[in-house]
Amino acid sequence: MSYTLGQEQLDSIEDILNQDLIDNGVRCVFLIDMAGNIIANLDNGEKQHDIYSLAALAAGNFGAVSAMAKIIGENEFSLLFHKGKKENIHFNKITTEFLLITIFGNDISLGFLRLKVSESVEQLKDILKPLLSS
Amino acid sequence: MAFVNLKEKEIQVKIVYYGPGRGGKTSNLEYIHRKFANRINTEMVTVKTHGDRTLFFDFLPFDIGVINNFNVKIQLYTVPGQIKYNATRKLVLRGVDGIVFVADAMVLRREKNILSLKNLQENLSEYEKSIFKIPLVMQYNKIDLKEQGIPLLPMATLERDLNSKLKKTSFASSAVLGTNVIETLKRIISLTVTSIKKDLK
Repeated sequence: MSYTLGQEQLDSIEDILNQDLIDNGVRCVFLIDMAGNIIANLDNGEKQHDIYSLAALAAGNFGAVSAMAKIIGENEFSLLFHKGKKENIHFNKITTEFLLITIFGNDISLGFLRLKVSESVEQLKDILKPLLSS
Repeated sequence: MAFVNLKEKEIQVKIVYYGPGRGGKTSNLEYIHRKFANRINTEMVTVKTHGDRTLFFDFLPFDIGVINNFNVKIQLYTVPGQIKYNATRKLVLRGVDGIVFVADAMVLRREKNILSLKNLQENLSEYEKSIFKIPLVMQYNKIDLKEQGIPLLPMATLERDLNSKLKKTSFASSAVLGTNVIETLKRIISLTVTSIKKDLK
């Protein structure tokens, strides 16, 4: 099972992420699938991360947390967030197959970030849903 | 679940090394990492326990170059082989495009190989994938131990135990010395890329 995204779709995805997140002060955002593939990745130009490793670990981490939720009788945990001294990382599921990950500093509040992320997610769903709906 | 990016002209492919614990899956990746150090510009990511065993997975991404105008990025993963880590093994298999089954050729590990292959079949079926249909290469590892007098299973026995129904390409290998490690990798990449091409048509 493979899937393809074209220029137009990827441009729309990047526009959404740029407008909602990068322009609002998020340092780095990447959209991945649950296999760990990177669909889009954007940053504000300040820092370069090893995104392939980050994506693999993020997909694994998200899977592990979801499995833990099921064991304790939860469908899923709604907030997935790691706080560091300077950098924070936030995970948000978009359909069952995709994950949006944002890295942001302490200048943005978690509430504001979640609001912006959920706005992006709603728009991204329209593009991603038809891809792997089965 | 390979992802084809038409904008960047890039395909991302996931290949998983599966097999019983201490069979040499991580050693395969370590050898590939050393061998292609000039092409791989990231460190190998590895989530280990204190005892140096793989807890979650190892991960090694690298570019194999351009095929049909597409830049192909291969992501190699290993699973934790120990029986108790089945939940994490299942997670790593998610979206897998191709598998290398690393069997341990030591006589002592005969049963473990068979159980691990069966476990692979079960875990794949949870993702509605068939072990018979997915690109798969068998690797019978640790042939270097013969020189140290450690009893090894004859290749014919390994084939009969593990590959009589699957009938996949198999290699006798030594992950530590690098014997047939790259051959295994080349074979699984070629099988996987062919299967993705077919899938996309």
